[in-house]
Parts: sequence; C-alpha cells; structure tokens
Amino acid sequence: MNAAFRNGWLTLLYKELLRFWKVSFQTILAPVLSALLYLLIFSHVLESRVSIFDGRVGYTAFLVPGLVMMAVLQNAFANSSSSLIQSKITGNLIFVLLPPLSPLDLYGAYVLGAMVRGLVVGAGVFLVTLAFGPLAILHPLWALAFALLGSAILGTLGLIAGICADKFEQLAAFQNFLIMPLTFLSGVFYSIHSLPPFWQALSHFNPFFYMIDGFRYGFFGLSDIAPQTSLVVVCVFCAGLTALTLVLLKRGYKLRH
Amino acid sequence: MIPAVEIVNVARRFGAVQALSGVDLVVEAGEFFGLLGPNGAGKTTLISILAGLVAADTGSARVLGHDVVTDYRNARRLLGVVPQELVFDPFFSVRETLEIQSGYFGIRDNDAWIDEILHHLDLTGRANTNMRALSGGMKRRVLIGQALVHKPPVIVLDEPTAGVDVELRQSLWGFIRKLNRDGHTIILTTHYLEEAEALCARIAMLKAGKIVALDTKQNLLSRFAGLTVRLTADQLPGAWQSRVMRQEEGTYLLSLASYAELESLLAALRLDGATIAELSLQEADLEQVFLRIMARHQ
Repeated sequence: MNAAFRNGWLTLLYKELLRFWKVSFQTILAPVLSALLYLLIFSHVLESRVSIFDGRVGYTAFLVPGLVMMAVLQNAFANSSSSLIQSKITGNLIFVLLPPLSPLDLYGAYVLGAMVRGLVVGAGVFLVTLAFGPLAILHPLWALAFALLGSAILGTLGLIAGICADKFEQLAAFQNFLIMPLTFLSGVFYSIHSLPPFWQALSHFNPFFYMIDGFRYGFFGLSDIAPQTSLVVVCVFCAGLTALTLVLLKRGYKLRH
Repeated sequence: MIPAVEIVNVARRFGAVQALSGVDLVVEAGEFFGLLGPNGAGKTTLISILAGLVAADTGSARVLGHDVVTDYRNARRLLGVVPQELVFDPFFSVRETLEIQSGYFGIRDNDAWIDEILHHLDLTGRANTNMRALSGGMKRRVLIGQALVHKPPVIVLDEPTAGVDVELRQSLWGFIRKLNRDGHTIILTTHYLEEAEALCARIAMLKAGKIVALDTKQNLLSRFAGLTVRLTADQLPGAWQSRVMRQEEGTYLLSLASYAELESLLAALRLDGATIAELSLQEADLEQVFLRIMARHQ
C-alpha cells in the first residue's frame, strides 16, 4: 500500500488544531481569563492566611502551577470531547470514518490535538500570571513531563467521553460529575497536608492529584509526595486509558454500528 | 479480472429488523450499476457495510479484492462514498473541506484535482465560502466532491441528486458519466428511477433485505415488457383486481401483457356498465418494472 495513505492522521491532527484555532477567542482566551480571575480572587483572599510547605512558598506562587495545570487538563478534555461529540451529533464524523484511518491514527490525532490546546492555554495562563511577579521553574523537565502526560490523559478521557456520549447532556454529566470534582479535589488550590488525615488518604486515589503535585514539583522542587512516584502513577494511568481507548476505537464502539 | 465489489452472503440485523438476509452481489470493474429498492430495503445498510461503517453479522465484502474488515485500509482507499445524509463540518470552507478530506487519504498538494472537481460541480465561485453559508444543493455537491477527492476507482453514490436542481443534476451526471468512461466503477442508489434507467447498465433491486432482481437493464425491461394502464373509473371488474399494481381514489394502475388484453379490459368495463373518466397507456419503463417486481414480492 502507498505509504502516503498512512499519513492521513496528520491531516486529522491539522483539522483538530484548525478547529480550535478558528474559535480561539472561546477556546484559548476565555479559559485564560477564567484562570486569571481565580488567581485574583484566591490570592487576594488567602495570601496572608495560608501557609504552604512550612511557609517556604507564598500562596499566590503556589496557586500559579495549580491553575496552569488545571487549565491544561480542562482544555485538553474539552477539545477532544467536544470535537468528537459535535462530529457524532452533526453526522460529519463519517468523513473521518470513511478514509483508511486506523484506531491508532484516530487516537493519535485527537489526543495530540487536545494536548496542543491544553498546553497553549496552560502557557497563556502562565504568561498572564507573570504579571503577579516572576516565578522561577526549578525543574522545567519535570514540569514539562507532567504537563505532557496530564494533557494526554485528559485528551484521552475526552475521547472516551466523546465516544460514549450520545448527546451533549451526557458529555456535560461526564465533565461535571467526574472531571470537575477530580480536578478541584486534586490540590489545585491547596496542599493535601492541610487536609484532615481521611481526606489526605483519599486524595491518593485521585490520579489528578499526582499530575498537579508532580507539575508543582517542577516549579518549586517541593511536593506533597515524591515526583518519581507521581510519574509512575501518571504513566500507568495514561497507559491504561490509552489501551482502553484503542480497544473502543478498534471495536468502533458507538462510532461504527 | 477482480470484481470492483464482491458481496458474499452478507446478513445484518438491527434489533428485531433483519436489514439484510444473505445478500450476494458482484459488481464488475467499470460498470455503472444501479442499486434500487424502496425505503428500508437495505440499500444504505449494504453500502455502509461496504464502507466499513456497519459490521455485517455474517458474510464478507470486498472492494477490488480487498476485504473491508481484514484489509480495510486498502478497501477504503479504493472506495469513495457519497452519504445520503446532508452532513458538513461548519468550521471550514468548501476548499478546506476538500483539502482536509484529501489529506485523510494521505494526498497532499491535490490542488489541480480539487480545482477540477470544483469546476465540474459548479462550486469554483464558492470555494472559499464557509459550508454553513451554502444551500442544500451546494452542500450535496460538496459531499460528492469529498467522495471523489482521492480519485477512488469505485464510487458509491447514495441518493446523490436529492435536493439538486435539474440543470445541475444534468451537469453532475455528465461528470459522473465521464468518470465512468475513464474507468471508474459507479454504484448508484436513487429514487429517481428515470436516472437509473438512463445511466445504469445493470441493476439490482432490493426488498426487505433481499435481492429480488438482478439483471441488465435491457433484460429487466424486456422481461417485463407490456403495458401499464392508468384508469380512472367508478368501478373495476372483479376479475381484473389482481392486475392492479397501485390504486389511489378511483384511479387504478394496471399491468397488461399486450394490447390484446386492453380490448378485454375495455369489454369487461362495458359489460359492467362502468364509467371511464380517464384512461392512458404507457409502455414499460424502469419505474413500471420496479413497481411490478416490488408488487410481486409483497
């Protein structure tokens, strides 16, 4: 077979990027503004009241990586899930199903597209927060690794949600009852050491906690648990979700009859 | 020679509905083939199985020798499908839509062929218009363009002219005929039977998931040669009721074998004292053949 026919996924990736870029006001600027509002309000209210890592990190500085990662995660999820559900509901998914694209092609294109959007919005949030004062990134490779893995995981979760949902209402339920609680209870706004023992223990079952804690380690060299542990957990979670998604795509679950 | 399409014992059930029951069909390379049938006959299901959109419960389908399941990449690259539903991606212009579809097949720098498609589909002036701004007929033509953008040797057109005006329909068929002359195999489903009669050399008729007729157009027309009488009368003699193909408020569509039978019909009407309001005759065309075959398989 002509090797060129194996490169179709690059066009699907291009289409995914073009799709969110064409509505960048909604897909990039709006989430950056939301993150900025979080930072303004929480830092103003809590800066002098909350002590993080025994006072070695100010609350506003602590909040920045959490908000950046939250933006990365939420937007990666939003991109793949909204793209797929819109295509399913309007019927134009057929344009992707008719060409010779393999399950891996579909997975790669949708998830990479989601990662790019998540990382672009995350970078935007980081740039805006620099207005609150310079913030050093002590271990940029750790931060990058968790940003890449986190966006890949949420892009994959978005793909799963888009595959399983038949209507926008079901997708919203996935977002409101799974993604949002896991994100907000992952330590974006607090260190889990400030929680009672029960909630601390429970946080260890939240994979989002490891993404955000590991990402924060990249900034401060400080974290609630060892970054190596977080990396292993996040990698295993990513691999498991990837395998599940590839099985769904191979079976054509809710995509092909 | 490898057939363009080979369907062997394909069956598919959706819940309680048996959409296809053991369908066998071979379409030779280079044919202009018609797939006809009433709504719900299974045409779209059969096409969807060929395109890999629906999995068959049993049987197999091949495009130019490539199995649509085990060798789906090659099968899909050789197939172009115009879907029945009027679907589009609202984010993109006409040209972007065609370029993206071309890219899905790994074909880049396809501008010359895209320009030719736009020209033949009378869309050149709309190339940079967003899909949302197009009329239904224009969107339908873009769908046709998307199916042709990778120059597939086998082209399936599922109701391609629904909503397309007469003038453009003619130019569209001119383009499809040219593709067929250039060696592309065309499989057409349509409710416009005069289109199928004018274009298709061979025809299969589906009903309730089964092929009920499969022959050349000439054979079908000659096998069912005869007359169709459209009769509007206050009554129809009982002996002729079995010849009614369709009845609508005092108008009967009857099938006759010859002109001699017409004399018998008129005599029976006179004998019963029936009042004839209107009577017209038509020699068999594909529509009549279609109606007779469908009536026979009630």
